[in-house]
Amino acid sequence: MNTNKVIQVGGLTKMFGDFTAVNTITFDVEKGEIFGFLGANGAGKTTAMKMLIGISKPTSGNANVAGFDVFTNAEDIKKNIGYMSQKFALYDDLTVKENITFFGGIYGLSRAKIKKKSKELIDELGLKDVAGHLVGSLPLGWKQKISFSVALLHEPKIVFLDEPTGGVDPITRRQFWEMIYKAADEGTTVFVTTHYMDEAEYCHRVSIMVNGKIEALDTPKKLKEQFKAENMNEVFLKLARG
Amino acid sequence: MGISVSNISKSYKKVKALQDISFKVKPNELFGLIGPDGAGKTTLFRILTTLLVADKGTANVAGFDVVDDYKKIRNNVGYMPGKFSLYQDLTVEENLNFFATIFGTTIQENYELIKDIYVQIEPFKDRRAGKLSGGMKQKLALSCALIHKPKVLFLDEPTTGVDPVSRKEFWEMLKRLQQKGITILVSTPYMDEAALCDRIALIQDGEILEIDTPKAIVKHYPKQIYNVRANNMYQLINSLNAYKFNHSVYPFGEFVHYTDNRTDFNLKELKMYLESKKLSNIEIEKTEATIEDTFMELAK
Repeated sequence: MNTNKVIQVGGLTKMFGDFTAVNTITFDVEKGEIFGFLGANGAGKTTAMKMLIGISKPTSGNANVAGFDVFTNAEDIKKNIGYMSQKFALYDDLTVKENITFFGGIYGLSRAKIKKKSKELIDELGLKDVAGHLVGSLPLGWKQKISFSVALLHEPKIVFLDEPTGGVDPITRRQFWEMIYKAADEGTTVFVTTHYMDEAEYCHRVSIMVNGKIEALDTPKKLKEQFKAENMNEVFLKLARG
Repeated sequence: MGISVSNISKSYKKVKALQDISFKVKPNELFGLIGPDGAGKTTLFRILTTLLVADKGTANVAGFDVVDDYKKIRNNVGYMPGKFSLYQDLTVEENLNFFATIFGTTIQENYELIKDIYVQIEPFKDRRAGKLSGGMKQKLALSCALIHKPKVLFLDEPTTGVDPVSRKEFWEMLKRLQQKGITILVSTPYMDEAALCDRIALIQDGEILEIDTPKAIVKHYPKQIYNVRANNMYQLINSLNAYKFNHSVYPFGEFVHYTDNRTDFNLKELKMYLESKKLSNIEIEKTEATIEDTFMELAK
């Protein structure tokens, strides 16, 4: 396997009865790349991502994620990736520190490592004053920054972000993207699913799924040229409306 | 039959949700409240739809006071809350019938108004609301909010969680409703939707930052913005943040929006600085401000 390719997908397919949710998709993602995985509601993004993170078995095709096969080593994939979504990220009823300890434990980090990582994270995000506060009491933007850092606690090769920044104020949102750029610069691959096209503009490359198939895959710049569009939103509308 | 809000404040314990908010929505206007989660948009909607009483200030909707005439307001406005609030166990048709009956009308009587929207979900009229897709739920909720022919329509984040195709269709529907004479107050966290409104209020932390037409708001942006691009985005952001003449540095998709704090900004000088930071493929060019740039400048 090419060591620079941390996700390799070939002809990946998922059927539910007669319905083909994901239809022979093929793509690679490189180390340190920010890869946008786009599609309308119901296009198959979630199903595809579930296969990549090892919680849904493909019907056919092949996929290798973080060096492990989705058919035979799904458990190893889970240990080697980070995951964050807007719907589920942290426990509101635990404090910031408790959340870090909890997720560190889940990922199998030693106590000493958790302690060290916890301190680093709290210092870096400037959270000293709120480390003992319940996560539920913090603003949404803070929660997102913390949950992104928590998803990176175990130094995964890839972090999956499921619609990460909807609803956050524009300044916090940019701070969040700066964190993503930093992680990518340090070699972590970032896989972002979203249907917000302005988020797509931040990615190195994006793929767009329509009815279970990947209909376009390139840099935002090239896609805009290809579809003679001013922004990714127009690209998306042209593709999805046919 | 517009909306008038005067010096409204509302607090929850220590949190100041709204602080001395005032604005007017003209009759038949499509007015947008643009701001992130926690800005106070929902609190304002709840006050205007008489579901919550303000601590201070007064408000008028469709000619009625939100406290003294609350019952009249309820008959004259439609409200689509941010959270899907229809009966999941009732079918599409049953939900619509239910809301029509509550307001003492029938689906037939006001069918013309909802026809455009309802025909798209009518094939599924026997399906339970809980089993609909996001886009269909949104259309049903809008139909239910319109079935009593309201004068003023309140839509709280109607497009959150909705894909670009459905979002575009939704805004086209709003334009058609406006043409039928309805006044519309709509909130959204998406700055790109601001351009589709007649006028907008930018709101953050319970305060209004600015009110104007989308075009005028963008025009008021005080500086020249430059699109900057280089081979490494993260190093570019760091270098620009470390540049002593920067006024603002914000990633914007494949570019960084940069403004300088000098009056005699020299583009070549910035390029040389970035080259000294080992960046390559540097491009710097002028660009126009967007609503989001203005929002960030005001919120700074």
